[in-house]
Amino acid sequence: MSKYTLQINGQSRNVDVAPDTPLLWVLRDSLELVGTKFGCGVGQCGACTVHLNGVATRSCMTTVSTVGRKQVTTIEGLSTDGSHPLQKAWCELDVAQCGYCQAGQIMAAAALLKENPKPADQEIDDAMTNLCRCATYIRIRAGIKRAAGIPIEGDAMNSMGAVPTVASLQEAVK
Amino acid sequence: MNTPTLSRPVDRRDFLKFSAFAGGGLVLGFYLKSSGSATGAEVVKPVAGAEFKPNAFIRIAPNGVVTIVSKQPEIGQGIKTSLPMIIAEELEVSWKDVVIVQGDLDAAYGSQSAGGSRSTPTNYDEFHKLGATARTMLVQAAAQTWGVPSAECNASGTAIHHAASKRTLGYGELVAKASTLPVPAPADVKLKDPKDFKLLGTRITGVDNPKIVTGQSLFGIDTKLPGMLYAVYEKCPVFGGTVVSANTDQIKTLPGVKDAFIIEGTANTAGLMPGVAIIADSTWAAFSARKQLKVVWDEGKFANDSWDAFTSKAKALSSQAGGSTVLKDGDVDAAFAGAAKVITADYSYPFISHLSIEPQNCTAHYHDGKMEIWAPTQNPAAGNPMITQLLDIPAANITVHMMRAGGGFGRRLSADFIIEAAAIAKRVPAPVKLTWSREDDLHHDQFRAGGFHFLKGGLDANGKLVAWKNHFVTFGSMGVGRGGGAPSLQTKSGGSLDADQFPARFLTNYLAEQSVMECNIPMGPWRAPGNNVFSFVMQGFIDELAHAAGRDPLEFRLDLLSQKKSGNYNADRMTGVVKLAAEKAGWNPKRFPKGQGQGISFHFSHAGYIAMVAEVTVSKDGQLKVDRVVAACDIGAQIVNRSGAENQVQGSVIDGLGTMMFQELNIERGRIVQNNLNDYPMIRINDAPPRVEVHFLSTNYPTTGLGEPAIPPVAPAIGNAIFAATGKRVRQFPLSRTDLRWS
Ligand code: FES
Ligand code: FES
Repeated sequence: MSKYTLQINGQSRNVDVAPDTPLLWVLRDSLELVGTKFGCGVGQCGACTVHLNGVATRSCMTTVSTVGRKQVTTIEGLSTDGSHPLQKAWCELDVAQCGYCQAGQIMAAAALLKENPKPADQEIDDAMTNLCRCATYIRIRAGIKRAAGIPIEGDAMNSMGAVPTVASLQEAVK
Repeated sequence: MNTPTLSRPVDRRDFLKFSAFAGGGLVLGFYLKSSGSATGAEVVKPVAGAEFKPNAFIRIAPNGVVTIVSKQPEIGQGIKTSLPMIIAEELEVSWKDVVIVQGDLDAAYGSQSAGGSRSTPTNYDEFHKLGATARTMLVQAAAQTWGVPSAECNASGTAIHHAASKRTLGYGELVAKASTLPVPAPADVKLKDPKDFKLLGTRITGVDNPKIVTGQSLFGIDTKLPGMLYAVYEKCPVFGGTVVSANTDQIKTLPGVKDAFIIEGTANTAGLMPGVAIIADSTWAAFSARKQLKVVWDEGKFANDSWDAFTSKAKALSSQAGGSTVLKDGDVDAAFAGAAKVITADYSYPFISHLSIEPQNCTAHYHDGKMEIWAPTQNPAAGNPMITQLLDIPAANITVHMMRAGGGFGRRLSADFIIEAAAIAKRVPAPVKLTWSREDDLHHDQFRAGGFHFLKGGLDANGKLVAWKNHFVTFGSMGVGRGGGAPSLQTKSGGSLDADQFPARFLTNYLAEQSVMECNIPMGPWRAPGNNVFSFVMQGFIDELAHAAGRDPLEFRLDLLSQKKSGNYNADRMTGVVKLAAEKAGWNPKRFPKGQGQGISFHFSHAGYIAMVAEVTVSKDGQLKVDRVVAACDIGAQIVNRSGAENQVQGSVIDGLGTMMFQELNIERGRIVQNNLNDYPMIRINDAPPRVEVHFLSTNYPTTGLGEPAIPPVAPAIGNAIFAATGKRVRQFPLSRTDLRWS
């Protein structure tokens, strides 16, 4: 076990853990910051995404001994009150299904928008490598655009007007 | 705080049970019949039992806050938002006044399993009655307070209004009075006219969204209890293998490790498999110690199974008569002999994992003879019988807290991870959280079974389908069937072809046969079990036949749908959505240049009628891009939560596409070859179509669920579009098995 002082969400936090402990487990088990999620442990899914000095980083692949004085930001520290534009957009557009991946998605998106405040569609797809098993990708794209103030084509929530009835369709499908 | 008690004789029609609610307030605990019948006039006792169940709790506090208990597991299907919406609609409460709380497993709630897209249809009518009954009582309470007829009062916005005198009383103010009223007779409870719905059919965002986007503790894996320890559990990579020995003494000396022990387990691959548990003071200490674990396994008699061998065996079986007849109509052999054209095709798909993104986990605490469990589960009661049987803990001493689950897809209907956690906790003098690694999750799923279909179709001189034969080769393991008797090969959920699988009962000459190959691979329901692959096979081969007949795939399908011979398949409803999808997509496959194509499919499952049109581009080097998918869905009269419904369909389309493109588990030496997401790829945002358009067709049928039925039509719509674009027919999952290059 070794002692480390980490800079987490603007606070100094002391932990005593094995040096090879991934930051993910330090956050979840030692610091009770459980918004950062375990999905694969091999850097593939992105559920564990945090910011290290503002850069989106997979915390399952980041051992605690390498963190040093770097500023760690987790989903709990993205805003104090859920008011980050991405958090608001995610709620408004009802992006989540199970929701498990979404903290990681938001952290990845926050890093993207910091670098590139008005990303093009292709830039969003290129930057967002996190897995969403529920496949909410259409709303993830829309959430990023909403937060970035980019008009969303059509309606992210797929506005189709009133649900048609059989009678109203008889004309349409003839 | 005073806790008033209310004791008075129960009403003769005691389907409402009044009881005191700590802190004051009106508690309406409703006990309704489990059937969809009208609210019963018979006495329904508020106790557990197969025949009756309570479907919800409504609590109205004096401050006007309305608490609605969500009894179903939330796995991403949005039920925690949608079912309470139904009560809120009838109760005439403002959604902002509603608090949703997750119920625990409670026998008084009846079934709490979330599977088969059944949560909505089994609760829809009764949830209306719950809300309406409570509203009726609040109206009566206000009317009596004012001394006016109930008919002059109306409810809206969490309040009762008397228009003539311009008086209003909030629900909170009516709590005391309403609590003293008798339960109204069902005839006195009027449900709302759907045209007056304010909430249902609108887009209501998920009740847990604020917690999700701020990372608050919510999921099973987030559970933390005072003094909690952390466990891992290693099982034999070969299914059914047992532990001979393990270096547990050495493991116990490792940093942070508190204990390590062998669990004998049983042969039931959906229960407590044999293995080795390591208990440590952190997840990482347990994971690290596991790297040093050395287990000698007895791999058992399935250690030579391989996918390649199964493939050869299936092929050999295909030329023999099927082991069993699923459905036989007419005389296919005679029809093939007389057909103008006969085509054959072999379709196959591999075993796949659910890969719910939250790895299986469960926290359990054994103390004072009681087992308390915190589980992200779809089926909270599933583990209890085995916990009772194997660990000798009576059901009354088991508590299950239902945690939000990071995806279900059918995986969490099984309770293997719950039983493991309980078995470990029984030996640990502290609460313990069992966390599976992703590798555990991939190696020890209750897998979607692979399968092989050998198809033959006959067309007459006019291009009309006159005969269909399918020999389905599937997997089973030895067990005793539902009817008892001697052990025999049992298929699992989705591993058996059903007699109503379209185009069954739409042809005069139809034969479906089934052969079962023995394996010991755990198999279980995977989102739209069976249907998720049968649709790909049937709608793909129907497309082949349409092209062989030189007919338009849409026209060929509509013709087939008009030929119903028997059965319960509602061809009118299906025709409705097929036409709607075609119309909204602008069906015209001829308008696409080579390399682009349009495909159509439809499928009925889980009470939903769904049709899809896909548009794809395939580059000359064989790279697929899905440009657009149009879905038309008939799940009855009412969409409950439009936002959730659209999200389910859009997610299903992308999930169905990803499954088709990527998912594949190989089996060698009796074990799963793949380990993690680096060799088991899943679809990412870059392969998600830019446009997935969702249309609902409201029909005069009961409202049903949407967690599953939009999955099956996806793969065939895309496969058929690929054929239109390239002339290459996709007959196997995953897509990498088909060369899509064209010139
Ligand atoms: S848990 Fe870190 S990338 Fe999956
Ligand atoms: S919302 Fe379930 S994994 Fe993304």
